[in-house]
Amino acid sequence: MNDLDLDVITRALPWLAQGLQYTVQLTCVAALGGTVLGTLLALARLSPRPIVAGLAASYVNLMRSVPLLLVIFWFYFLVPLGLQWLTSAENPPRVGAERSAYVTFILFEAAYFCEIVRAGIASVGAGQQAAARALGLDQAQVLVHVILPQAFRNMLPVLLTQAIILFQDVSLVSLLNVTDFVGAAGKIAQRDGRVVEMYLFVALVYLVLCSMTSALVRRWQRTHSIGQHPETAR
Amino acid sequence: MSMISLEAVSKWYDSFKVLDACTTAIERGEVVVICGPSGSGKSTLIKCINALEPFQQGTILVDGISVGDPQTNLARLRARVGMVFQHFELFPHLSVLANLNLAQVKVLGRTRDVASERSLALLDRVGLRDQAAKFPAQLSGGQQQRVAIARALSMDPIAMLFDEPTSALDPEMIVEVLDVMSTLAQEGMTMLCVTHEMGFARRVANRVIFMDHGTIVEDVAKDAFFDDPSARTARAQTFLSKILQH
Amino acid sequence: MNWRIFLETMPEGDATWWQMLASGLGWTLACAATAWIIALAAGTSIGIARTGTSRAASRVAATYVELFRNIPLIIQFFLWYFVLPELCPPLKRWVVQADPAAVQFLAATLCLGLFTSARIAEQVRAGIESLGRGQRQAARAMGLNEAQCYRHVLLPVTFRVIMPPLTSELMNLVKNTAVAYSIGLAELFFRTREMGEITFRYFEAFAAATLAYMVIALAANRAMRFIERRIAVPGVAGTARSAH
Repeated sequence: MNDLDLDVITRALPWLAQGLQYTVQLTCVAALGGTVLGTLLALARLSPRPIVAGLAASYVNLMRSVPLLLVIFWFYFLVPLGLQWLTSAENPPRVGAERSAYVTFILFEAAYFCEIVRAGIASVGAGQQAAARALGLDQAQVLVHVILPQAFRNMLPVLLTQAIILFQDVSLVSLLNVTDFVGAAGKIAQRDGRVVEMYLFVALVYLVLCSMTSALVRRWQRTHSIGQHPETAR
Repeated sequence: MSMISLEAVSKWYDSFKVLDACTTAIERGEVVVICGPSGSGKSTLIKCINALEPFQQGTILVDGISVGDPQTNLARLRARVGMVFQHFELFPHLSVLANLNLAQVKVLGRTRDVASERSLALLDRVGLRDQAAKFPAQLSGGQQQRVAIARALSMDPIAMLFDEPTSALDPEMIVEVLDVMSTLAQEGMTMLCVTHEMGFARRVANRVIFMDHGTIVEDVAKDAFFDDPSARTARAQTFLSKILQH
Repeated sequence: MNWRIFLETMPEGDATWWQMLASGLGWTLACAATAWIIALAAGTSIGIARTGTSRAASRVAATYVELFRNIPLIIQFFLWYFVLPELCPPLKRWVVQADPAAVQFLAATLCLGLFTSARIAEQVRAGIESLGRGQRQAARAMGLNEAQCYRHVLLPVTFRVIMPPLTSELMNLVKNTAVAYSIGLAELFFRTREMGEITFRYFEAFAAATLAYMVIALAANRAMRFIERRIAVPGVAGTARSAH
């Protein structure tokens, strides 16, 4: 074994930081977009109209039964075609994996966030629904003012945990040659022949970031476990 | 020699003292009821006797064997002391019969046939032989607690510990459990019962121990405890008047 | 769209494309099955260590779980396949002369097995904790030792309770085998990409792979449900994490 060359990491830091910035950016956009779309999907799944509920359920089940990697490649290949169809351009526009990844992760994560939101809504319990309706609020008001605020508070730890998983999953875009954190490290590792240093460094950074974040989530969960009735939490 | 003897037993959770120099002895065939307000250390005390809870100071001897001695084979000691829990703690994945057989086979090394014969005889005694093939969740609370008593008896214990055996039961089921316990007492079993059932204590117990704040406040013959208010401490008086009001 | 592409042979060799995909599917299944065995064995052990009486063992188990949960799967693949042999010369000597497919398979199963084991360990821990202290005390009070207590009381109930989340983990494992593509294991996703790159029939290739993964996921789900029903006892309900 040749000695570890830590200089190679120091020299690559600016490049790695750029990669990490893309990773964080993609994570945040996908988490926010996924939550919004996921909430809409969850509401669709709870819709009294069987067609709406059925379509949303099929979408969620499809996304959840296919490997993320396959979904990433599907969208890499489908997003330009979709844009071409939308804009009725002559040729599919060049989108690039960096940008198609945003669409991919929002649509993919939405399926997972949908299930979290659905569980969150279920955790509020039928009594709240009935009580709010009894006060004369209509269905939309009940949802916006009574159910969703409680649901989001109950499910925040799970949402954040899912966001940490997403942060790690984003690394798969490196297989499409995107320069995310892992992609950046991989490129240096290949160029300088420093596989050991680069991958150990990347592993360490993820380990520290994810452990710290999940420790924060756990602490928040401990201090904010109010309002979680055992009867209604199921 | 006493069946169970405690000598200045103290226990701390971190800096909080839950047992404070508890001393008492239970003779062979004696039935002793422990009562006292919640948090007074009753359950902790009897769980120290079969080493489910460690204690930091003092000595507990069960049939002459020291519980706190690191050399003591705790599994063997526990096998000789039966315990009945507040929430029954039957093993939900095992049938009633298998609940009774498990430790007989795994700890005492009995064959399955010998164990089953003993188990069925005990189930007969608690009136549940026809429920042997059922799972615990298919029985009522009272039936489950009777199974739990039979399960403890299946190890042929030299003494039985009861940790609030009726406090998780609906009122109509308490009697059937107390009946089983009374019969057991009449047959000469050494029993130590944490319970608030003062009627049971009056009928069956030889002695009553009253605990408060981790100390044994009173340790007297049953008649003295119930019939001689002047001999009672103020704390025991207050406690008794509270629970006897109903 | 041209679905007959699957019957055409590859440019080199005489296998048809569907045969190549089927061979990839075979690797995927073999990889998932082997990793599942590793994951169950390691995950159960770690879960037991996490809840046992030894403080030190519990801390080691907690660190194990943190380690495998907080590093992206693809990096774990790289660590097993590229980094570990560099750090361990005897392993490196074996790797360079061994059949590459065997090395990739070994790395992939170990990687996926241990990655999944950390998640199973958490389920086992949560399951055991959900039983409360009473069951453990009751078992110990009857003279069972710690091993017997786990073997005959805690684990049989725990596994019944955690069947639904275990089912999700199995399905996750099957999906995660696709990441073994990153170290060159010729599993289903690898073959799918290969077919797309050579024939430019991406749509057909991806559609076939999507269908195959959905069928495996469904089969795995059904198999676990079957086991769940077979071992069900009254009063021991599974904790459904995600409704399907």
